[in-house]
Amino acid sequence: MIGIGHYVTVSSILFVLGVLGIALNRKNVIIILMSIELILLAVNINLVAFSSFLHDLTGQIFAMFVLTVAAGEAAVGLAILVTYFRDRGTIAVDDVHNLKG
Amino acid sequence: MIQVFAFYLFAVLTCIAGAVTILSRNPVHSVLWLILAFFNAAGLMVLVGAEFIAMLLVIVYVGAVAVLFLFVVMMLDIDFAELRGGFIRNFPLGLLLAVVLLIELGVGIGAWSVGGIKLGTPDGTAAVPQGASNIEAIGMLLYSKYLFLFEAAGVLLLVAMVGAIVLTHRQRSGVRGQNVSKQVARRPEDATVLVTPEVGKGVSL
Repeated sequence: MIGIGHYVTVSSILFVLGVLGIALNRKNVIIILMSIELILLAVNINLVAFSSFLHDLTGQIFAMFVLTVAAGEAAVGLAILVTYFRDRGTIAVDDVHNLKG
Repeated sequence: MIQVFAFYLFAVLTCIAGAVTILSRNPVHSVLWLILAFFNAAGLMVLVGAEFIAMLLVIVYVGAVAVLFLFVVMMLDIDFAELRGGFIRNFPLGLLLAVVLLIELGVGIGAWSVGGIKLGTPDGTAAVPQGASNIEAIGMLLYSKYLFLFEAAGVLLLVAMVGAIVLTHRQRSGVRGQNVSKQVARRPEDATVLVTPEVGKGVSL
């Protein structure tokens, strides 16, 4: 039978894949943003699974807030990306020092 | 039996789609695999009875976030082959990081399944009400106990929207845009003139 352990395993695999994606594609900020979405998805799976197995809805409410933050983060991140591309003509981000004073 | 089958189907597909997302050469393919991962994660959530979050995942992630990604990937003229540089160089370190993290998580899950760690028991304030559907239960909780957090989430989305617009908006020169304040400030007496022309003579403006 499927228990909480199975769900935690899936979500940890997804989380590690997200971290690996950030480590591998260090230049391509679009893939980095997608990896962050994968990490947040893993967190959401975890929250929802625990919420369901403990018969407590708080986890699902919290998953909704995580979803809100993920949507906002994607929108602002991509907006920064578009302005950066207009400015530079590239999105290679492995040596961005623009914000240094 | 069908539950087990469905779980493994969704779980395996989620993991494969996540892996291809980060390994794919073409970012458009990455976005499409990401969409597959979201769909299968939504399936996993349906399996544990969280229909509302599953539908939200499909609507918000697939309908908004993934389309936004696709839009940006296709709109920007980026040389992706150049961005692949360093992939091989980063591979050992990234793999090491991932393996260490996975082992740590495995140790955590193993320690929990041995039984040394007790999960906290919920205090019952957010217990699932009897006979109510998932959406009903979430709605009742969200609009009572978590009302202010819910409003704060709305404000957060507003701030994100304003931020994205301010960041991407640019004033282009040489474009005839609409100047609303100038239009509103225009009065009939400034704009029109009444003349009584004499017969046979023109009107000088």
